[in-house]
Amino acid sequence: MKRLLTKLYRLVIAVIILIAGVTFERTGLIELLSDPYEYPVILELLIQHVYIVGLSMLIATIIGITAGIVLTRARFRKYAGICMYIIGLGQTIPSLAVLALAMSFLGIGFKPAVFALTIYSILPIARNTLAGITAVPPELIDAGKGMGMTPMKILLEVEIPNAMEVILTGFRVALIINIGTAALAYVIGAGGLGDLIFTGISLMQTDKLLAGAIPVTLLALFGDFLSELLGLVLISKGLRLSNR
Amino acid sequence: MITYESVTKVYGKGLNTVTALDNVSFTIPKGEVVVFLGPSGCGKTTTLRLTNRLETLTRGVITIEDQNIMDIDVVQLRQRLGYVIQAIGLFPNKTIAENIAVVPKLLHWDEERISKRVDELLEMTNLDPELYRDRYPAELSGGQQQRVGVARGLAADPNILLMDEPFGAIDPINREEIQDEFLKLQTKLKKTVAFVSHDIHEAIKMGDRIAIFEKGRLVQYDTPEVILTQPKNKFVSDFVGADRALKVLGLMRVSDIINRTPKNIIQGGDRSAEALHFLNTKDSRYGIVLEHNKPIGFVTQKSLKYEDGPVRDAVEPYPVFLREKTPLRDVLSSMLMYSTPTFCVVDDDKNFAGTVTYNDIQKAVKASYADETENVEPVETEVAS
Repeated sequence: MKRLLTKLYRLVIAVIILIAGVTFERTGLIELLSDPYEYPVILELLIQHVYIVGLSMLIATIIGITAGIVLTRARFRKYAGICMYIIGLGQTIPSLAVLALAMSFLGIGFKPAVFALTIYSILPIARNTLAGITAVPPELIDAGKGMGMTPMKILLEVEIPNAMEVILTGFRVALIINIGTAALAYVIGAGGLGDLIFTGISLMQTDKLLAGAIPVTLLALFGDFLSELLGLVLISKGLRLSNR
Repeated sequence: MITYESVTKVYGKGLNTVTALDNVSFTIPKGEVVVFLGPSGCGKTTTLRLTNRLETLTRGVITIEDQNIMDIDVVQLRQRLGYVIQAIGLFPNKTIAENIAVVPKLLHWDEERISKRVDELLEMTNLDPELYRDRYPAELSGGQQQRVGVARGLAADPNILLMDEPFGAIDPINREEIQDEFLKLQTKLKKTVAFVSHDIHEAIKMGDRIAIFEKGRLVQYDTPEVILTQPKNKFVSDFVGADRALKVLGLMRVSDIINRTPKNIIQGGDRSAEALHFLNTKDSRYGIVLEHNKPIGFVTQKSLKYEDGPVRDAVEPYPVFLREKTPLRDVLSSMLMYSTPTFCVVDDDKNFAGTVTYNDIQKAVKASYADETENVEPVETEVAS
């Protein structure tokens, strides 16, 4: 059964690639990509896109995880609800509006884009860090305390490793939203693959549109794959075993 | 040694206070296992958690080895006290070796000393180090996990061990086994152990003493024998259960009531007629037949009557032999199963050591209850007057 499914899966993939190839040829995408003048531009935009995503994700991860950890400390736990509400507001605002708001006081270009994307990505990471640490069985923390572990040791050796899977899920969601939203950064002059997509739309030029849309899609898939790999590195084998 | 002096714990503030522990005083002597026993919410766990300051005292003093626990740094105090809880307390993200090494690492032992200690503890708790060192808790059965829990509590070789219902979540068969193993370890290690349990069987088995709690008060603090035979009030006797005579038998051993010189011994080579006459003069219906000082079975007067040859031809073999260490509870069970009124006790070489009869057991039970039956107050006459 499983082998049959694998065969079917491979067949479907092959058909999709075939159809895609034909479509690309018809729309002139392949011609565009092989154009020595266009090809470096696409590559540059891709790097720009990755740079915006990478920087904003880095800042968002640091802030999000820190916020999540601080809000689970006994002293600050009572503020967790209200803080999550405020961070949550940032996500309720449509992504384009966040970009527009960022532009209104940071001007146009790279900075407001990174700022807006950071704000947008903090919530899933912070929320999952909070939820993950809260969900660590109290017996484990009790055992740690009872054996004389300091609060810092308990955080680093018990709470975070046991919450890692939930935290990574938050990271993955944030990353994928971020990659998608970063395509809008072009609107406030930050460049990225959105450049190709929006130009393609304006000029009704399908090959350009696809030259932007396909890399964004692949980038999102790669982000998902990267999160998976990160899970293998960061989540303890013991936890993966117990979830099976 | 741990002493508790007027220990009181009050939860909440203002009008909503709940007294979890009320003026509890007792001492856990060095090298003994004391079981804190009682229904849930009686204060037994609170008492334990006060000891390593997972809860803070409201009033009173707790000392360990003549040191007030409030004068010791809280982290150091906890590292000094071994702490064992149910298997769920193992860290699932750490390997077995890492789990055991938690406290030694906190104490900054060097790598080599830690790994040596881990292997030693795994062997002590009947787990093969080669096999289990690098596994994760999720790969172990409940019983194995609990063994690791015990090993972790013993890791830094603490003098005092705090155990919070450690064997509560294991199936009965494994629990028995782990309890036996722990007792065996304890006879070697002689730790001072505070052991929380809600199971009277476990308390009787594990405890050198039992502290029974009810609604935050210490009701009775005594050895298991005294608790079973002289419960202080209705709460204790109800908690101990109506079958406490049987539980007493679980505590007594064959060596307590053995009759080493029974009068009705016959040698296997004797003539049946002589043996019959011998039993008649001793006024005994049974004879225990020995050959080379090894019991081969028993004869009744009836069976000897129809036998001409030596006694050994008429012998009925014993279904089981007893050892001096056998609990009387098991002896009684065998008597009921085989309806044999006398059993033989043998030593390691199967040599005859003595006998135990049903009457001996009954006498022993009666003797342990003697004080209680004498002190029964004539309730009915009081009502009448």
